[in-house]
Amino acid sequence: MFCEVCGKKEATVHLTEIINDKVTKLNLCEDCAKDKGTEMEEHFGLNDLLAGLADLGSTTEPELLEKVKCPSCGFTYQDFKKVGRLGCGDCYETFKKQLGTLLKRIHGADRHTGKIPLMVGKTVKDTRNLQDLKARMEKAIQTEDFEEAARLRDKVKEIEKKGKEPA
Amino acid sequence: MDYKDFINQDTEWLKGTGPSANIVMSSRVRLARNLDKVPFSNWADKGRLEDVLVAVKDAALSTGGLKNALFVRLKDLSEVDRLFLVERHLMSPEHAENVDYKAVVVDPKEIISVMINEEDHLRIQVLLSGSNLRECWKIADSLDTELSKKLAFAYSAKWGYLTACPTNTGTGLRGSVMLHLPALVFTGQIGKILQAIAKLGLNIRGLYGEGTDATGNIFQISNQVAMGITEEETIDNIERISNQVVSREDSTRKTILTKNKEALVDRISRALGTLKSAHIITSSETITLLSAIRLGVDLGIVKTMDRRTVNELFLLTQPAHLQELDGRPLNANERDVKRADLIRSKLK
Ligand SMILES: [Zn+2]
Ligand SMILES: [Zn+2]
Repeated sequence: MFCEVCGKKEATVHLTEIINDKVTKLNLCEDCAKDKGTEMEEHFGLNDLLAGLADLGSTTEPELLEKVKCPSCGFTYQDFKKVGRLGCGDCYETFKKQLGTLLKRIHGADRHTGKIPLMVGKTVKDTRNLQDLKARMEKAIQTEDFEEAARLRDKVKEIEKKGKEPA
Repeated sequence: MDYKDFINQDTEWLKGTGPSANIVMSSRVRLARNLDKVPFSNWADKGRLEDVLVAVKDAALSTGGLKNALFVRLKDLSEVDRLFLVERHLMSPEHAENVDYKAVVVDPKEIISVMINEEDHLRIQVLLSGSNLRECWKIADSLDTELSKKLAFAYSAKWGYLTACPTNTGTGLRGSVMLHLPALVFTGQIGKILQAIAKLGLNIRGLYGEGTDATGNIFQISNQVAMGITEEETIDNIERISNQVVSREDSTRKTILTKNKEALVDRISRALGTLKSAHIITSSETITLLSAIRLGVDLGIVKTMDRRTVNELFLLTQPAHLQELDGRPLNANERDVKRADLIRSKLK
């Protein structure tokens, strides 16, 4: 199967998108999926739904990523590969693409469900709500329950809007 | 009180008390935490390491549970003293290396310890005797909450507590139980159990040595993952599996006692005989024989001593403990003689 956008490369990424309660399925090559991913993220914040995209960062631009330094501690992903330890908490943000895949492989999950420290309590609870909703939406799409998916998407939008309003 | 005085007290995890203490020697919970915006210990410069050390020390010593705790900078300790703390499970073997900016905070009962600048800025540890994982977590949880009022921890909403090693990221929790499983080893069932536990996503390893021939038949079961699972679920998992292993060990002990009692009594009596008469004995032989004695005590075959004394011997016969008792460094040969002396005097 060829990519539906460029029509040149093999389609390896298969997306399901909801636009105005209508479901669209898209078969894309990695490059086009990446462009699409950015677009979708802007529109819906649905980047998580891009199947197989977690690895994209590391498969498309390995050399570039090796050179990225953590702005807080100067650690590179190369350093991490060498010592198996990270440099600081911000490294997680810096290398989130590679680490996301790695964490999932290690723990079989890539979302913390445990203790929430006092100081960040409220904001974290909102974020976790959002994560839960997105995960449920993902599941709804997988099981082709699109009505439920659309309902959840509206909820996600609502929370995201609230988060942007000044407190 | 000084850490040197620990030698005169029974360390909590060897008291031989608590639920299922005949099989579950001890339970432990460890939490990995790091200060926000500070490089992890192995990557921070000296100035930052000293800052972390002071900040964690001040925070720890001002929390309720650690008000009377001892604070020890590892560079002020001799090598033997450090090993002494490792043998008492108050800190990890890794913590005893490259000690310049490392410290440990220990409560006088030796239940709580906080390692400072191990690979994470803080390693909060709670150790209790017997099957007590839930209680360990309760204590660690509230200490962690207390500390978080004074220290901002590195944390991400998505990934939880951020740690130097990604295997700890999430809850930062490692729970473990130490089990004495001589009957399962004796009957050869242990291999299957090791396999089954690995399949359930938990780790199991020998306390002294690896695999099925763990010296002293002491095994440690711990969780493998820390993300996508709550602290309570993690504790539940370990406890559930541990309980199953315990009941298997228990029933196997009973079977041996009814079907093969002479062989069992023979083995235990010979172990006792060797310990009572040896003048030179290695650490590894001691652990093997003490395992047999402990089983004998638990089954009522050995009536001249109690579990606490056996446990005490497990610890006092370790290299650093022997040297602390003698008040001077001893080489391996000297230790083997000293060890035999100590055992004979305790078993008289
Ligand atoms: Zn394409
Ligand atoms: Zn960093």
